[in-house]
Parts: sequence; structure tokens; C-alpha cells
Amino acid sequence: MSSILERNIESKSSLKTEEMVLNMGPQHPSTHGVLRLELQLDGEIITNVTPHIGYLHRCFEKHSEAMTYPQVIPYTDRMDYLASMYNEFGYALAMERLMNIEVPERVEYIRVIMGELQRIASHLVALGTYGADIGAFTPFLFCFRDRERILSLFEMTCGARLLYNYIWIGGVSHDLHPDFIRLTKEFIKDFRPNLKELNDLLSFNRIFIERTANVGVLPLDTAINYGVSGPNLRASGMKWDLRRDDPYSVYHKFDYEIPVGSGEKGKTGDCWDRYFIRVREMEESLKIIEQAIETIPDGDVTSAIPKRVKPPVGQIYTRVENPRGELGYFIISDGSLNPARIKVRAPSFVTMQVFPELCKGFMVADVVAILGSIDIVLGEIDR
Amino acid sequence: MMYDWLYNLTGSDILSMFVVSLLPLFLFILPFALLAVLAERKVSAHMQDRLGPMRVGYHGILQTVADIIKLLQKEDVVPSATDKTLFNFAPLLVFMGSYAAFAAIPFSGFFIGSKIDLGIIFIVGVTGLVVAGILMAGWASNNKYSLLGAMRSAAQIISYEIPTLLIILTVIMLTGTLSLYDLSEMQTQYFWNWMILGGPAVGLQKILLIPLMILGCLIIYTSTLAEVNRTPFDIPEAESELVSGYHTEYSGMKFAMFFLAEYANMFAVSAIVAVLFFGGYQSPFGYLGNTLNLPWLIPIEQFFWFTAKGLFFVFVQMWLRWTLPRFRVDQLMAFCWKYLIPFSFVILLLVGLISLM
Repeated sequence: MSSILERNIESKSSLKTEEMVLNMGPQHPSTHGVLRLELQLDGEIITNVTPHIGYLHRCFEKHSEAMTYPQVIPYTDRMDYLASMYNEFGYALAMERLMNIEVPERVEYIRVIMGELQRIASHLVALGTYGADIGAFTPFLFCFRDRERILSLFEMTCGARLLYNYIWIGGVSHDLHPDFIRLTKEFIKDFRPNLKELNDLLSFNRIFIERTANVGVLPLDTAINYGVSGPNLRASGMKWDLRRDDPYSVYHKFDYEIPVGSGEKGKTGDCWDRYFIRVREMEESLKIIEQAIETIPDGDVTSAIPKRVKPPVGQIYTRVENPRGELGYFIISDGSLNPARIKVRAPSFVTMQVFPELCKGFMVADVVAILGSIDIVLGEIDR
Repeated sequence: MMYDWLYNLTGSDILSMFVVSLLPLFLFILPFALLAVLAERKVSAHMQDRLGPMRVGYHGILQTVADIIKLLQKEDVVPSATDKTLFNFAPLLVFMGSYAAFAAIPFSGFFIGSKIDLGIIFIVGVTGLVVAGILMAGWASNNKYSLLGAMRSAAQIISYEIPTLLIILTVIMLTGTLSLYDLSEMQTQYFWNWMILGGPAVGLQKILLIPLMILGCLIIYTSTLAEVNRTPFDIPEAESELVSGYHTEYSGMKFAMFFLAEYANMFAVSAIVAVLFFGGYQSPFGYLGNTLNLPWLIPIEQFFWFTAKGLFFVFVQMWLRWTLPRFRVDQLMAFCWKYLIPFSFVILLLVGLISLM
């Protein structure tokens, strides 16, 4: 692909052409929210990309300072609105470590089940919209059909389908619904064939591979230098997963693989690798959920919830493996009821920085493919 | 035929010409476009585990009528930075180009808008107007997405016309006629006389022709897909990249004209494939009218078979659209110039050699 760029630069010397600036977004079908990309084009070849963010800025961090600690939880939902459960999970974990709360084991299991279901739901959105970005619309609806069932499971548990406010500091708001285990088992049974169908329809489609393999290659050293994490880092070939490398909750009790990209269809770290890593992660999440619902212990899920959340003076940084990568909460407490400062390390925000590097020398159509493959959520970038 | 009949009936050539030329529009294209839009929505819906439109009429059959009424009522927005003349003229040109093609399409032996000898050349030429219209729309909109879409579209349609024409040339070489009516008449009686099965040739010649003709049919179907900008070649209006390409700035009835033209075009290219390779309006099993000795039944049967074949190919276009992702613009060009064109040349050459036998 670099040869196209070189050829183009060569032709430029003989014939003077003008560069075109194309504004992609903030209202555009495939910028996944309100991202504005300023593309500098030479014909259809990208010479530079400048992302402009901030269209969805809601002052989450500053706003939190005026809230009590439990009141922050609904705001964490609204950051990465496709992975709300995991945002709450991370925040609750940070607060529990700050306050030294021991949570009942059943709560840990419920959180892991919810977190992994959320990971599947989030990846389904990523894969579905990615298919739509490439031009295949049908996988999008197939993915949403399956995601719908996960959302119904969430709705059954806590009454909400997108922004849950379910995982609280020291526990969860409700115990599981009596039917939850049975329906989750049914979902897993139905979902595996659907995943295979998705692979047949999209992942191994010849045109899809042509469009995504060798496009937007992210070399491992660049990925590490920019602080990329999560599936995007693993697609570049590094086995780095916080569930294993910085263990939290009860993840150490389960048996699962950490898939890494291997450049099966092109170079390691190309769009296809980043796409397919998510398909494989969904399979691993299914394994975790299966084991968790088999071994979930009994107990009271609300027993450890503190009546008054007033952490001691201090600070803590806690990170969890959210569907998009390392989600970190840095919380400073001054001993009052409100946090003195909350800073979030948002994985999409960090990944966004590497985006211009990935795009140079590719075509307009590839920008869409690359943007879809790094799977950003604007709510989390802007917060 | 119909013209002669009307001329005898009314005694006025202008009136009969008028009726003959308007009939395809009102009898066929408009209802077809309405039906095809609904069919596309229903086909896509059922492929995607949905129901599609269900509210307007029984199972949503009136949905497109409602949509057209909505489009007619819309304000006709002309953005201030556009080139007004070209902007207003472009949808007309696109619509004209795809509608004029219907004049030469033989719906049945009795019902052809214009039975000209150069039928196929006329269709290819007149649909060429569409490119001009698209370029005009893209340029006049003064929008970068529209311009990119129009440029892609022009490059794509012109490139893909080459394999289309080469395959058409192959068929013409075998049959020795440019008239779509004669072409259909040659493939008469039973389906083994269709061009895809070697046409009226006999013996060894026919056997040698069959694989070449099947390959040729695939090539022409693929390249016509690209010519009407359908997935996997819908790059000019790639929604996820260019919003909607050359018609981004259009709204209301002007947008509806592009829309109508697209669906008319879908049928036109399907009709060409049907005429060239699948016997046109000929029935695959002989006519009921012959068996029952009712001669007036034959044109109706022919109309039925022609529409059925055309609609089948339209259905395949929809099927592909909702299954396949989209090519990138350079891959699209590479596919045309590296695979389709060389293969078409080989087919042309081989068919030429075989027909010398």
C-alpha cells in the first residue's frame, strides 16, 4: 500500500496537483458517533488525518467532584455506553480497594458474568458496525439480534437495557433473577452457531478479507509506544490482558485463552486481525460465563454495601480490562463524601491517538475500515 | 407491431407513437419501481430476520406509495452554492437515460416500444447518458463527497462497459443481429435454444460453446452490476464512506428521480442479460396458446416470461446486495482490468474460432 503513496508522490513532481481537505463528520454515517476527521487527500489517498474530538464532552470528571461516590456510578455508565457494566465494575473495584471492602464471592461471580456478557454485547456492536462500514449490512442486524438477548438478560436483572447502575460499591443492586441462569445457558447454546454463521457470512468472505487484510497495520512497537491496549494491542501480537496480568475479582478461577493476532490473512496487526481477535474473544468470554454459572456460590449480594461511602484520605489507581482495553480509574479522596478528583484513563481515547499513523497512505474507504477496526466509543473519548 | 395495430385502430401515427412510447413508462417502469423498492425492503428484511414495512396496507404493500407521496410533498431544496442549471438538469438526464433504454426492450413479440435494428447498440448508447448525468450531479452539487462519488462512478461505469460490450459482441457475432427482437426470435421454442446453452448452434459447436457462454453470462452479469452501481460495486454511493455519493445534496422529487432511475436501470440490465442469454421473452417449454389454439394468449405468455426472467435477475441483484461487502475503488478497477476484460477477450476469440467451424 505504501507503494501507492510513493507512486503518487512521484507523479506529483511531474504534475502539480492540489490537495483536498475533506471534513468527515461530526455528522457522518461511519464515524461511530460525533467524531470529526479532517482528511487531507491527494486524489483519494490520505496524506494526513487530524481527528477533532470533544463534540460529546459532558464534563464527567469535573461533574463527579460535585457528586457523592455512589452518585458517580450512573455517570460512569454514560462514558462507554456500550460497556456500561464494565465501567461500573472498574469504578466499584477502585472504590472497594480504596475503602478496603471485602465483597461476597457471589457478587464477584455476578460481576464477572455481567462483565463478560457485556464484553460480548460490546464486541457484537463493534463487529456488526464494522461489517456495515465495509458495506455488508446483514451481519449488522445479525449481531444486533444476538446483542438484544444479552440486553434482555440485563433488563431482567436490573431493569435497564443500556445504562444499568447495577454494580454498586460493595455489591450489586439486585440478586440474579431466578430464570437468569437458565436463560443464559440457552443464550450460550444459541449463540455459538450464530457466531459460526457470522464467520461464514463476514469473517472469511473474500471481499471482506481483501478490504481488511494488510490495511491499517499497527506494528507492535508503535502500539506500545502509543499506549494502545486491549484487543487492538493483542491483535498486534502481544499477549497482554489485565484479567490475567493484573488479576482482579475471580478471573483467576476460570480457564480461558487469551487470543493474539497472528497475521493469518495479512500482516500481524492489520484490520482483519483486529476484527477477528474480537470474534475469538467472544468465544473465550462464553467459556468464562459457562464456568461461572456452573460454579456460582450462594450468598447475600447486598450485605457488604456500605451505608455511607466515606473513604479515608488517599488515592488509588485501579485498572480493568474493559472490552476496549485498559480502563483505569484514578481517584483522590480528601476524606469527604465527594471525590476530590476522578481521572479516567479511557482506552478509546488512547487508541485514537494512533489513528492518524494508521491511515497515512491509504484511501478514503480505508479510513472507514481502520476507524471501525479500532472500535472507538465517542462517549468515552470525550467523557 | 403494437404501433401498426394502434395505427390501424386510430389512423393517427402521432397518437399511436405517443401511446406506444408512454405505455412502458406507465404500465411498467413506475409500477416496477414501486414494486422493486418494496421488494428490496422485504427481501432485505427477511434475509436479516426482520419483517420490513408492515404498517401501510397489508404487510406494508403501500409503503412505497406513501414514500413517493412524502417525496412529492417535500420542499425542493437547491443548496445556494450549486450550479443551478446543471443541478436541476442532472436528475432528468439520469432518468432519461435509463428510461429511454426501455424503448428498445422487447417485452414480448407484440409489445416493443421501438423495433429498431440497432436495439442493443441503442440501449448501450443511451444508458451512457447516465454517466454524464451522474458526473453533472456530482460536479454541480459543489460538495466534496458528491464529487468523489461522481468521479468514482464515471471511472467505474466506463471501465465496466468494456467487458459488457465485449460479451455483447460475442453474442452478436454468433447470431449476426443487433436487433433484440431478432435475438429473442432466434432463441425460440425450448430452453436448449437459449444462448447460454449455445443458442441455435448444433452438434460439437454447441457443446464447445456452452462453457464459454456460461462464463460470458457471468461476466456480463457482474459488469452490469457495476454499471448500475449495485453492491458489491456500489462504491459511488458507498453510504459508509461518501454519505450517499453523487446524490447527497438532492432531496424531494429530484432524489426520487435518481432512485427511480436506479431501479429502472436494474431492470434494464437484467432485461439485457435475459435477452442475450436466456431467450428474452421466449418460454422455456413452448406456449400454452399454441396447445390450446388461442393465438392471442401468446404475447401475454411472452410478457409473463420476460418479466419473470427480468425480475429473477433483479432478485439476484438484491440478494447479492444484502450478502456481500463492498469493494474498494482500486480493487474494483483491478478486478475489471485484470480479470474481466482479459477473460472477455479470450471468450470473444474462442467463440470466433468456434463459429468458424
